[in-house]
Amino acid sequence: MYNNVMVDEDNTKKLYVIPWRMGRVGKMRVIAADDVATAVADLAAKANYYLPEDIYGEIVKMRNKEESGLGKELMLQLLENAAIAARDNVPICQDTGMAVVFLELGQEVHIDGDLTLAVNRGIAQGYGDSYLRKSVVSDPLFIRKNTGDNTPAVMHVSIVSGDKLKIILAPKGFGSENMSAVRMLKPSDGIDGVKKFTIDTVLAAGANPCPPIVIGMGLGGTMEKAALLAKQALLRPINRRNSNPDYASLEEELLALVNWTGVGPQGLGGTTTALAVNIEYYPTHIAGLPVAININCHATRHAEIIL
Amino acid sequence: MMPQARVTTPFTFEAASALKAGDYVLISGTVYTARDAAHKRMSEALARGEQLPVDFSDQIVYYVGPCPAKPGQVIGSAGPTTSGRMDAYTPLMLEQGMRGMIGKGYRSPEVIAAMQAKGAVYFAATGGAAALIASTVKSYEVVAYPDLGAEAIAKLTVENFPAIVVIDSCGNNFYEMGQKKFCKLDRNYYTF
Repeated sequence: MYNNVMVDEDNTKKLYVIPWRMGRVGKMRVIAADDVATAVADLAAKANYYLPEDIYGEIVKMRNKEESGLGKELMLQLLENAAIAARDNVPICQDTGMAVVFLELGQEVHIDGDLTLAVNRGIAQGYGDSYLRKSVVSDPLFIRKNTGDNTPAVMHVSIVSGDKLKIILAPKGFGSENMSAVRMLKPSDGIDGVKKFTIDTVLAAGANPCPPIVIGMGLGGTMEKAALLAKQALLRPINRRNSNPDYASLEEELLALVNWTGVGPQGLGGTTTALAVNIEYYPTHIAGLPVAININCHATRHAEIIL
Repeated sequence: MMPQARVTTPFTFEAASALKAGDYVLISGTVYTARDAAHKRMSEALARGEQLPVDFSDQIVYYVGPCPAKPGQVIGSAGPTTSGRMDAYTPLMLEQGMRGMIGKGYRSPEVIAAMQAKGAVYFAATGGAAALIASTVKSYEVVAYPDLGAEAIAKLTVENFPAIVVIDSCGNNFYEMGQKKFCKLDRNYYTF
């Protein structure tokens, strides 16, 4: 295993890689970093202006069942708002979020240029050109100075097979992000523990995350894996249940429970507190049951492109 | 559902007293924008014994940080932000004569008590209806702290801005009243 590593002749124990032994791969596809930046800039506008169809459809559906007259009126405002935003090409919500960018990078892709810089260049350009609000501060505690261009993005890169680059941009508003929570449950807490944590979190959030909300839940893994799964769960269309029937029925049961809280549209009372619960799961440790709940408002925005 | 009342500014003690929690209202007139950074700066100014850049007597403050306006727009999308983050500063603002607040989400018991003492009203605007709300804004002028960008204090003229009276001047809280009506869970004792 040390074939391509040599120890210095003067025996200083410095290790270095011998370049000619690294080899070459002939089939790499080259994507220019500039093209990544342009794609990200386009996604910024698209994600912020157009409410995904599945969300619009679910609001229409649940509005028909809403028992509060005021709740119905408020949900109608959200539908009208989506129509105005799409017609005028303006943001659905003034909180155009911190940019969360998921990159699925094919292992046969070579990025010509700096990928991280390209994504942030795209965010800066998109948030500037498309008149989106810049909501990022440079330092969370001491300085808190607006960076002025909504950078940096939060990036999650995964290496996948193939020669494509998939970019998903999910702008995340903080009215809802602030209401999210992670809890490390005991395995013995089981399904009831997950339900109780869900209700606790939804009630603590109450009116703040602009209900009706969408709930992304991550179960399993480690603490940070659960949180990431919860965020990824928000990318799945909300009218599609988990492919595992156990988790699919838990999604439906949790949604019913959440809607029995009575929090309702905007927290003013009603039967539509959440539009959907999306769960993603992962194997975990024998001693653990991590649960993360990422709350999103109805503006569960995401747009994607494959380069 | 039809609006039950019209609110105009200046928003007097008498006008505030006439509103009840749960009323659906349309607001017209002047409202001032301010959110986290502006509130922090104003509280620091007051602590130094300085005057505020705006006279808030009988005024309504809207917790919002709008998007930049596109060419031809008065204001970019402009929905309410979470009011609870302003709770620490709100009693000070009420001391300065502020009569109404527009935002979204829960307020602290301290804020509700201070509102009752001063006869103030808290309105909820529809969080997420930012493009719709922007269409009710007829003028936008930054009047203080321009360096704060979206967080600067601006004077807005609004026409038929839709809002719900959530906490009235008697301290009635429509979040509690409305939710209780539709709650089908025993909130203190969950058995599944």
